[in-house]
Amino acid sequence: MDKPTLSLEEIAEINAEIGHYPDKAGVAIEALKIVQKHRRWVSDECLVAAAELLDISPAQLEAVATFYNLIYRQPVGKTVIHYCNSVTCWMLGGERVGERLCRHLNVGLGEMSKDGEYTVLPIVCLGACDHAPVAMVGDELKLDISEDAVNELLGKR
Amino acid sequence: MEQTNKPLTKNIRPDRAFATLADYESTGGYQGLRKAITELQPKDVQQWVKDAGLRGRGGAGFGTGLKWSMVPDIDTPQTRYLIANADEMEPGTFKDRLLMEQDPHQLIEGMIIAAYAIQANIAYIFLRGEYHLARQRLDNALQEARSKGFLGEHILGSGFSLEIVLHTSAGRYICGEETALINALEGKRATPRAKPPFPLVSGLWGRPTVINNVETLCNVPHILHYGIEWYQGLGRGVDKGTKLFGASGRVKYPGLWELPLGIPIREIIENYAGGMKDGYKLRGFLPGGASTDFLLPEHLDVVMDYEAVAKAGSRMGTGTMIVLDDKTCPVQMVLNLEQFFAQESCGWCTPCRDGLPWTVTLLKDIIAGKGRSEDLDTLAGLTRMLGPGNTFCALAPGAMEPLQSALKYFREDFERYITVKESA
Repeated sequence: MDKPTLSLEEIAEINAEIGHYPDKAGVAIEALKIVQKHRRWVSDECLVAAAELLDISPAQLEAVATFYNLIYRQPVGKTVIHYCNSVTCWMLGGERVGERLCRHLNVGLGEMSKDGEYTVLPIVCLGACDHAPVAMVGDELKLDISEDAVNELLGKR
Repeated sequence: MEQTNKPLTKNIRPDRAFATLADYESTGGYQGLRKAITELQPKDVQQWVKDAGLRGRGGAGFGTGLKWSMVPDIDTPQTRYLIANADEMEPGTFKDRLLMEQDPHQLIEGMIIAAYAIQANIAYIFLRGEYHLARQRLDNALQEARSKGFLGEHILGSGFSLEIVLHTSAGRYICGEETALINALEGKRATPRAKPPFPLVSGLWGRPTVINNVETLCNVPHILHYGIEWYQGLGRGVDKGTKLFGASGRVKYPGLWELPLGIPIREIIENYAGGMKDGYKLRGFLPGGASTDFLLPEHLDVVMDYEAVAKAGSRMGTGTMIVLDDKTCPVQMVLNLEQFFAQESCGWCTPCRDGLPWTVTLLKDIIAGKGRSEDLDTLAGLTRMLGPGNTFCALAPGAMEPLQSALKYFREDFERYITVKESA
């Protein structure tokens, strides 16, 4: 069987990052993020291919990949919603935001909704505690989430 | 020269539109750099910052100029690195994000001056992965700075060259610890390193490395531009300068304000945050983020100086307060904090890796009505076993600060869970 490889675009983006670091291994996190940007998550095959590109062992790259909250090693929906569950958001109803989303989408944390659109995950403090509770929808920070979390975060009217 | 008493936030507008390079330069931006690079030697810049009395704003409060002066042999050309620690992830902390999103050139100018002071030619911004807007604005500002000759070869016609690389992380609290940050930047699992050697001597890729917090670096241009005397005049107490202070929780107006160091905590909570929301009373507060000890209403007159808050039994930390009201259970609040620390422990050393989940289990059991009186002794024991000196880094000792102070100040809340069960 042919070995699955990264796309030329992914390889070009990773190589461009290599120039910023004196050691290829320094690009480990960037490489994982580049793969994820193109594929939403990092499969075993992609991880091995990226490790090869960086001249490090797959185990070394896996140790990095599994360490970080924002690298997904299993498939996620098109939009990942991270709701903050740290202290101020917790105090002001952050957990309920997560519960409402999961109930509406009929998923557990980390699962993909049936239509493949969403995954809901908790995240640590997003640095907007004066607007708690908060969440991140894709790359976008949403502030002052009310009881109507589902409509506010999923954009349904 | 127009002076200001809010140097860090003077360009931050209420509508939150961000300061462009033109905006930044119109209020004295890049003048501090000009002065440093054309009039002063690197050692002079170190001395200026030392004399001004700037201390680290990331939590530990180490003297910034002193830190710079500890980099060995800056007269000998060799690779050195400067890193801006922009991995803001301490729960309850929301200050560096504002600085980077609203006035990105301030950080960049501070970094160029700092790099000049330690003769580093490469600098990294270690930005947390969740700060997407900050990434866009910093990226944009870095390009602007390059095109105007503030970055690159022969900055402002001098012999000094610098490149700044923006590195975005992928979400892990431990990366804020400076030796873990170095490992992360090298592409390794972000576990802390043993010290010594200190990063100042052997840091990133084995080279001398200075790591400063974003807010710390943002102070630097103003010290150079407006002068030492002006800077010292900004503090109200022992410590110099201003600081971003914040309050979150059930206060009337949660927010962030640039205020003089030495300001009484009461003024921040009562005047700026407007006191508690109607129907809630102040029970206590964490003065500087999740890893600081609780203080009580009786401590409201303590002033926000490094030593004053320490004397009261806590730390100024990041200066962003988390306020506990009378309708939130302190035991459950501590459980939330300890769950955070247990999750974010890197797993490198045993007390932290095993002690934090144990702490979480005990707290959960107590809250579930399955606690026994001796559990409180076990928790107290854990605060010692996970305390300073027993772990590789400050994560576990920091995690123990809210727990040990909660056991002291809110003991009756813990006991209530247990006695209800024991009498049942």
